[in-house]
Amino acid sequence: MTREPEKTRAALWPGLIALTAAAGYLIALLAVEKQAFIIALLAVGIIVVIAAAWAGLLNGVSRAFSDHEDALGGFAILALFAVGAFFHEDHFVLLLVTTVLLYSVATLGLNIQFGYAGVLNFAGASFFGIGAYTSAVLNAHTALPHLVVLLIGGLLAALIGSLLLLPVLRTRGHYAAVVTIAFALLFKTFLEVNDVLGGPQGMQVPGMKFFGWSFNDNIEIGGISLSFYINYFAISLLLLIGAFVVVRRLERSWIGLNLDALRLDETAASCFGLDVVRWKITAFLIGNFLIGIAGAMFGMVGSFVAPNNYTFADSLILVSILLLGGIGNPWGLIVATFIVVVVPEKLQTIQEYRFLLYALLVIGVLLFRPEGLLPRPVRRYFPGWQP
Amino acid sequence: MTALLEARGLVKRFGGVLALDGLDLTVTAGEIVGLIGPNGSGKTTFFNVATGIYAADAGGVIFDGADITTVSARAIYWAGISRTFQRSRLSLPLSIFDNIMIGNHKRLHQGLWFNLVRRDEFKREFEASYHAARALVEVFEPVLASRMFEPVAGLPMIDRRRIEICRALISEPKLLLLDEPSAGMTHDETAELMNDILLVRERNKDLAIIIVEHEMGVIERITNRCVVLNFGRKIAEGPYRDVAADAQVQEAYLGVA
Repeated sequence: MTREPEKTRAALWPGLIALTAAAGYLIALLAVEKQAFIIALLAVGIIVVIAAAWAGLLNGVSRAFSDHEDALGGFAILALFAVGAFFHEDHFVLLLVTTVLLYSVATLGLNIQFGYAGVLNFAGASFFGIGAYTSAVLNAHTALPHLVVLLIGGLLAALIGSLLLLPVLRTRGHYAAVVTIAFALLFKTFLEVNDVLGGPQGMQVPGMKFFGWSFNDNIEIGGISLSFYINYFAISLLLLIGAFVVVRRLERSWIGLNLDALRLDETAASCFGLDVVRWKITAFLIGNFLIGIAGAMFGMVGSFVAPNNYTFADSLILVSILLLGGIGNPWGLIVATFIVVVVPEKLQTIQEYRFLLYALLVIGVLLFRPEGLLPRPVRRYFPGWQP
Repeated sequence: MTALLEARGLVKRFGGVLALDGLDLTVTAGEIVGLIGPNGSGKTTFFNVATGIYAADAGGVIFDGADITTVSARAIYWAGISRTFQRSRLSLPLSIFDNIMIGNHKRLHQGLWFNLVRRDEFKREFEASYHAARALVEVFEPVLASRMFEPVAGLPMIDRRRIEICRALISEPKLLLLDEPSAGMTHDETAELMNDILLVRERNKDLAIIIVEHEMGVIERITNRCVVLNFGRKIAEGPYRDVAADAQVQEAYLGVA
């Protein structure tokens, strides 16, 4: 019954091995073109993970991550850079990985809203779209520095999201979710009938410029040519690192505790002095801010925005990433985003059936692993901290 | 001695049911008052009105010199009233430490900047809170004190009750409302928990407690005074032995002889 907490820190190497294997696997998956090979590779990946979990090898990995998160986070960044370097000439792969990074930022935002505060948001893709349209309009019509445009994209998503605050705060559970669904549907219609924003055809987005250096030019360094997407890859990675740090610190603070408390029992939370409204608003706005920034960046990466890219169905994909990855666990969300974005893109044969795949994935997860691929561990305010 | 809590003529209706029917109740600092009565006599309703979960339909509550009749649940906590719930309302997936810190809300810095950016200051506050919480838990059960970062979900009922009481006590309230702390526990466990509560009160003599309880042994042992409710009205008041002998009380509990 009495279990003393372990006084020794867990070993680092299982985490390093897991990250290296994941990066190697990702490179292989992205490099292979033949459908049969891809299917074989996916099957091997699933079998290896299940076998490792069955043999108890993953426990060491999760302990390594809980005790050495900073070191492993740094290593994960290096691993992602290695992936970027490996595909430095490949437009398609870099765009795909950049998409994953930006979707990860958006799901991290959604995670603050739903995972921590329990506020369901089925309009994630709409707020992502608000960011994207912001960069389309501002890049085309103003000379604002593009980093400022990213910021405005985030602020606008938060601001327009605050229109939803009143109905969301006055309703609970499913009813609040229905309010956000209504917003998602209205948003797409609004874009389609709005000629200033390009109507159903959408708009071009001028590419990012950074102190006069255009992100849309390929780079030549000492005879090696780099795809221009490497610029976007790098800045998106920076955004993801920033969002990850914000989410992590938020979770590991009294604010994260407040959000958990109000999600789990609003009445008890208010009996202990917690301002439920204030913290729901805070979570909703910070979440939307992250989603908006990711969207603004995505608009510039894709160089094109149209209403069809920001539909209710896309919002559902974001929510399914959250369910798949493990609600509340940022590492799980990034893994899940890779799975949900990369697999249908590589597996051309199932492209048409991708929504079927998402549905099956979500049902499977809810049935067999309701807490997601990587369940959220109990909060440790400082990794490796011992009393 | 002036009253710490003074309820005057409290009325609470649920549709046609009068849950509280002009209840008067006074508690002074350092007193342990038992609130007893048959099921549905209005005990928990009184707690919910006093802590701002329900609004009273008539009457008023004065706490520590201020009128708290129409004040929100949040503000009542800040004023110095904490409570436990009849059905344990811990946040089960969260750790022991997290649950206790929910009760420590008014002492923790809540600013975004402090929490996200000033991480060394946050760490100092975290460590101080950890030691305070651990010291409190140790009074109740030393074994739990070494498991502060384990989820509450895996703990037996008595430990959950202990943590609920720690959550209510960590902010050092002036008045503690205990709603059936023995519910779901064995006789021995209840006795143990009451010893713990008395031990905590030894350390803070000014803490007043109102306890709702069906186990009369508990009431007899720990209360200074009892208030007996029936149909939302006070039918008797005084030391346990006196109210237990009261004919009206016996009638309320046992029916007309």
